[in-house]
Amino acid sequence: MSEAAAEQLLEITLRVNGVRRSARVPARRLLSDALRHDLGLTGTHVGCEHGVCGACTVLLDGEPARACLVLAVTAQAHEITTVEGIGSDPANLSPVQQAFAESHALQCGFCTPGFITTISAFLVENPHPTPEEAREAISGNLCRCTGYQNIVKAVVRASEIVAERAEAGR
Amino acid sequence: MKPAPFVHHAPRSVEEAVAALAEVGHDGKVLAGGQSLIPLLSMRLASPGHLVDIAGVAGLDTVEVADRHVRVGAMVRHAGLERHTGAAAALPLLRLALHHVAHPAIRTRGTTVGSIAHADPSGEMPAIAVLTDAVVEAVGPGGAREVAAADFFVGPLETTLAPDELVVAVRFGRFTATTRTGFAESARRSGDYALAGVALAVDADGDQITSARASFVSVTPVPDVLDLGPALAGRSLHDLPLDAVAELVLAHVDPESDIHAPAEYRRMLAAELTRRALTTLAHDTTEGAA
Repeated sequence: MSEAAAEQLLEITLRVNGVRRSARVPARRLLSDALRHDLGLTGTHVGCEHGVCGACTVLLDGEPARACLVLAVTAQAHEITTVEGIGSDPANLSPVQQAFAESHALQCGFCTPGFITTISAFLVENPHPTPEEAREAISGNLCRCTGYQNIVKAVVRASEIVAERAEAGR
Repeated sequence: MKPAPFVHHAPRSVEEAVAALAEVGHDGKVLAGGQSLIPLLSMRLASPGHLVDIAGVAGLDTVEVADRHVRVGAMVRHAGLERHTGAAAALPLLRLALHHVAHPAIRTRGTTVGSIAHADPSGEMPAIAVLTDAVVEAVGPGGAREVAAADFFVGPLETTLAPDELVVAVRFGRFTATTRTGFAESARRSGDYALAGVALAVDADGDQITSARASFVSVTPVPDVLDLGPALAGRSLHDLPLDAVAELVLAHVDPESDIHAPAEYRRMLAAELTRRALTTLAHDTTEGAA
């Protein structure tokens, strides 16, 4: 019965990385698909599409959330930050991105955007994590390449970079 | 892996939400945080024709701490309740259990009341609801009613809620100032569905246990309370009859086998987790754990 329901189209306005973007989307559009297909922001990666892998993690009002478990229409109520909003200039990487590069915390890179968003939010909450806390913080993100050791190191390194940059007055 | 088409309703008040639910009947589903519902939609395990999205309903996002209970509104996220210092002080078991609900990135969106209304026997918060003698506040076209948690759950993913009723809040009962509480669970991967879990509430007069109750995660078809009194009442916190407790647990739980673990393993795990949580709770010297 519900398969036959007419497709409801909605005009939505999303605030992504500080920019207001409008799109006409079906009510069932997931935020992950709206970002990638409707807005062309392909930095957010889609892995499992049921909330397990963490690759599509974005920030809603600064808090990490699975973009595949949020409807685009619902996301209108929040400020959305994707990995592009955290840093998209190779010459000006965010602390977490720089730490990933320095620590060899990625190999194929598919899971990386979800880690970058998750860790960026985590460091705001906990600016000086222990390796154990870092491990706990990334426990909701899956990586099939690295074995996680270097990602844990990158979390700790990122916290140092944040402190170094603050010290340097940047 | 995409949801089937549905019509999205965005009510601004409880009355509008209930009216929308009444209009669409069995073809409607309430959307709160969506962390259980959206995967079900994406996997097409559910395909309701209408979603009533209560995120914009005013007044559902508050936590109130009273003498006898902690009242949690339907749009309070797990993370918000976990951070709420008043709720944690009044009922430490809430924060203890919430820490085990999926991952932080799920807890920022998922709602505690939604997970109770969803009534998944592998959910942590339904087990906490029954152990705290929680009261579910529902509103339907005929007005408001209250349902005791013990009468709310009737089967896996099944409650006594009518299709046109909306749960607006859950009141978790507080324990006495001297009640000790504990929680333990075990999962294959961090944040995954627990293979088994247990919540405990133990009252003692000095060292002597006066009452003890447990509820379970993933090993009973509906969350219910097991009275551990027959094994523990009158015994000392420092001389726990753990084998007798384990026997009660083994006789009570009724898990199913699945790809993650056979039923017998889950039974043993439930008993072992109960032993460990009891031991931890007995050694906890911080008084007034409730």
